[in-house]
Amino acid sequence: MASKVLHAIFTDDDILMQAVKALREKKYSINEVFCPFPVHGLDKALGLPGTRLAITSFLYGLVGLAVSTWMMNFIMIEDWPQNIGGKPSFSYLQNMPAFVPIMFEMTVFFAAHLMVITFYLRSKLWPFKKAENPDVRTTDDKFLMEISVNENNVQAIAEVLHENGASEIKLIDNK
Amino acid sequence: MYTMSSKLKLFSLALIIVGAIGLIYGFIDAPSSVEDVKEMLHAEDAAHSGEVAMGSSGVDEAAHADEHAEHVFHQLQNKPWAAIYVPALFIFLISLGVFVFYALQNVSQAGWSPVLFRVMEGITSYLVPGGIIVYIILLLSTLHLNHLFIWMDPEVVANDVIIQNKTAYLNTPFFLIRAAIYMIGWILFSKLIIKNSRKLDEEFSLTLHKRNFKLSAMFLVFFIVTESMMSWDWIMSIDTHWFSTLFGWFVLASILVSAVTTIALVTIYLKGKGYLEHVNNSHIHDLAKFMMGFSIFWAYLWFSQFLLIWYANIPEEVTYYVSRLEDYPVLFFGTVIMNWLLPMLILINSDFKRVNWIVIFAGIIILVGNYMNFFVLIMPGTVGESWFIGIPEISSILLISGIFIFTVFSALAKAPLTVKHSAFLEESKHFQY
Repeated sequence: MASKVLHAIFTDDDILMQAVKALREKKYSINEVFCPFPVHGLDKALGLPGTRLAITSFLYGLVGLAVSTWMMNFIMIEDWPQNIGGKPSFSYLQNMPAFVPIMFEMTVFFAAHLMVITFYLRSKLWPFKKAENPDVRTTDDKFLMEISVNENNVQAIAEVLHENGASEIKLIDNK
Repeated sequence: MYTMSSKLKLFSLALIIVGAIGLIYGFIDAPSSVEDVKEMLHAEDAAHSGEVAMGSSGVDEAAHADEHAEHVFHQLQNKPWAAIYVPALFIFLISLGVFVFYALQNVSQAGWSPVLFRVMEGITSYLVPGGIIVYIILLLSTLHLNHLFIWMDPEVVANDVIIQNKTAYLNTPFFLIRAAIYMIGWILFSKLIIKNSRKLDEEFSLTLHKRNFKLSAMFLVFFIVTESMMSWDWIMSIDTHWFSTLFGWFVLASILVSAVTTIALVTIYLKGKGYLEHVNNSHIHDLAKFMMGFSIFWAYLWFSQFLLIWYANIPEEVTYYVSRLEDYPVLFFGTVIMNWLLPMLILINSDFKRVNWIVIFAGIIILVGNYMNFFVLIMPGTVGESWFIGIPEISSILLISGIFIFTVFSALAKAPLTVKHSAFLEESKHFQY
């Protein structure tokens, strides 16, 4: 980890994208970009890998389906197969249409909630979490880019940032 | 400009000829008298050997056997008729569904689809020949040349109070008038809207654009009413004793999913031949999303209808499913696998929806599955347990799809494959998802 970082402030997302592309072309590594709103295409410009949340959600959905199937098979068929209104409780398959609404809802419930929790864990979000905000203005209308620098390239990077429309550039000690 | 390749022309003509020969064979092969059927049944019994001797042989049993033979005779006579009716109706409704999708794009002012408008217009052109074929089959039914609809038979109605109570709606003149209104309405709307779209090619005019918007909106209102009635008339009235309220929606779901699939397949074909330069894989992705969404919608309605009837188990409506479960178990549950499970699992992946061969693969599954769906809707009421997917069934699919391919691709050759002016054309050309 470099001991110093540059904080560059941008006022416009188009200019920010341009600066990201310019820095990536010169192979400088960008630590983090703070934006007040999602900037379309920024993840691609930064070269971030795609999310795998959808895959986890699919797997969670399968878990939900399995849980509901097991639960109702145990309760309605194995444990106490009563005759309720003439419904055939001899085997799971025979009575399955009645279970489908629950199987569906449990699948959706598991897929949705576990995926959301996964999202919170992966992005380290929880109540009373200390906000990691380098500059309060980034939640309103400014974009901030953080770049690691060392003695040799600080000047060069600052120049690239300046050329690409950064409105403020600060050199900060990395904590 | 697209020109239909001679190979495709030859292919569609071959389909038509082979299909026609097979269908004619199907009509000749159908038994012409009850005696033939008796002989056939006798031969079958003999093949199953000795059990026949059991029970009291007497007048009762002979009379029963006669009745059974007559029953089977009617079913077998219906078989080639039902065989041609299923694909004729199914593929006609596909082209109708494509036009509905097109009207939806106009009304919703979609920004992604104008580059596909000409493909949709091309498929819509099958409305005329397809409508004529379906109408002729319906007309022949009312002339008692077949027994597809039992309520058209005065002898049946005379002995059936339930049907008698429905004759205010189910009578042949009114039936034919209704069918004519639906068809003329659909064709008229499609001709008008497509004519305006061709006119827009010469010069962009806001009046024409707005006129098409209004026409499409009016068509959608007209369509949803007529589609519902069409499904009662042409499909539900086959099982005259049975009724279901969400039936029209169920048929609509089947129409929409096969229509979007057909658009996707034709688009991929034309794109593969080097036409449609502005279509990219984002457009295919969108179509595949619609395919998946509508197939889930289909399954939702299929299951809703089944669950409600299965759960309440009221004898007068449950017979519909009893006959299907007993005589068509593989097809009945096969449709669920083909129309919901497989498309959902294949098309759930975002990357897969951009890969042409996967979309084609899923599309073929969906089309075959929806043909099976129409088969299970129509066959149990017309041929009952005597169904079989044999020569008449397959050749009528070939015949109708040959006519479909020929009409659609020759219509595609009549206008440039991309519209020249549309309010959202630029957006559509640069569509990226």
